[in-house]
Amino acid sequence: MQAPPETRVEAVLAFADDELVLGWRDSEWTGIAPFLEEDVAFSSIAQGEIGHARALYELAAGALGGDADALAFDREPDEYRCAPFVELRLVGDWAATIARHWLYETADAIRVAALMESDWPELAGLAAKMDREEAYHRMHAQMWAERLRQSSESRRFEDAVAELWPHALGLLAAGKRERLCELVGRSPVEPVERGTHTEELRPLLEEMTLVRRSVPGAAW
Amino acid sequence: MSREAGKSRSPSASEVWKALAEIPDPEIPVVSLVDLGVVRDVEVDGERVRVEFTPTFLGCPAQEVMRDRMADAVRALGAQPEIDVVLDDSWSTDRITPEGRRKLQESGFAPPHPRAAAGPTLVQLESHAFRCPYCGSADTRLENLFGPTPCRSIRYCTSCRQPFEQFKTI
Repeated sequence: MQAPPETRVEAVLAFADDELVLGWRDSEWTGIAPFLEEDVAFSSIAQGEIGHARALYELAAGALGGDADALAFDREPDEYRCAPFVELRLVGDWAATIARHWLYETADAIRVAALMESDWPELAGLAAKMDREEAYHRMHAQMWAERLRQSSESRRFEDAVAELWPHALGLLAAGKRERLCELVGRSPVEPVERGTHTEELRPLLEEMTLVRRSVPGAAW
Repeated sequence: MSREAGKSRSPSASEVWKALAEIPDPEIPVVSLVDLGVVRDVEVDGERVRVEFTPTFLGCPAQEVMRDRMADAVRALGAQPEIDVVLDDSWSTDRITPEGRRKLQESGFAPPHPRAAAGPTLVQLESHAFRCPYCGSADTRLENLFGPTPCRSIRYCTSCRQPFEQFKTI
């Protein structure tokens, strides 16, 4: 395999960080989602995102040399490249959680479609595999967005979408934002860019890496 | 693992395929790994056996177990295993063999629909195109896109009033 340029490995790491952190946030609903079927669904989606993160970290680790788990769990908070959008702790607010889910899946579809055309063959193949699975995440997000829009609480959902919109735009590279505006039906605004972090990332990483830090080399 | 210590041999590729066909899927043990279509290729080079493996879903926690059991099966034949995990787009539910589909159906697990070029859509999943594996009725509805493992959805048969698991099409 020809070594991919550093910028492309960086993009893969950013994508992996997005999926890992969002998967973690989604998993916070396990046990307390609005009803049992949704508990199963959202937990499964979280598991899917973390599975995608793992495959992306493995790809990055193969290019950089090193270990996927170390990339996922041993970096300093400032070294993570996830977008602030995925860091927000929304557990407890289902309308906002679905708003983020719907915005994320819509944006992610644009990103994955572009990666499927990558001239890094391993990345293109992985993106295509992810896309097959993401189709179910997208359908789930679509069903819920429609359901909330038709409910008596539609205002809460629309307000959450409006509030999260600048964050969602920051998930994508500048050249892909116009397409997101079209798909979501919103005008461009000043995005909350990748490269900065919310105050919510550090406690998340501390919780996520607790076992690994307490018992180095733990396996199960 | 019933081979004499220290004695290695070169199994034939068909012996390897046969051994892999006896490994049950860890999550759905009625089907084997070969039935699932996750074994992409087997190459025998003397005492070394290389197995190319494409996992079903990336988030499937059974991946490691599948890999380890394949390695054990190759060792049991007296050869050195090399299991290559290939994370590309080559696995689809269309790779589940006719035998695998029959076994799923018989155990009350509706086999996946063939994949359309554009992939599955909500309109399709909410249609009456899915049959109950128990009574055969097409009067079924989607209960949950997601189920107890990444590969399953939950449907409900209005005719025999039985919920059932539907293998997702990917």
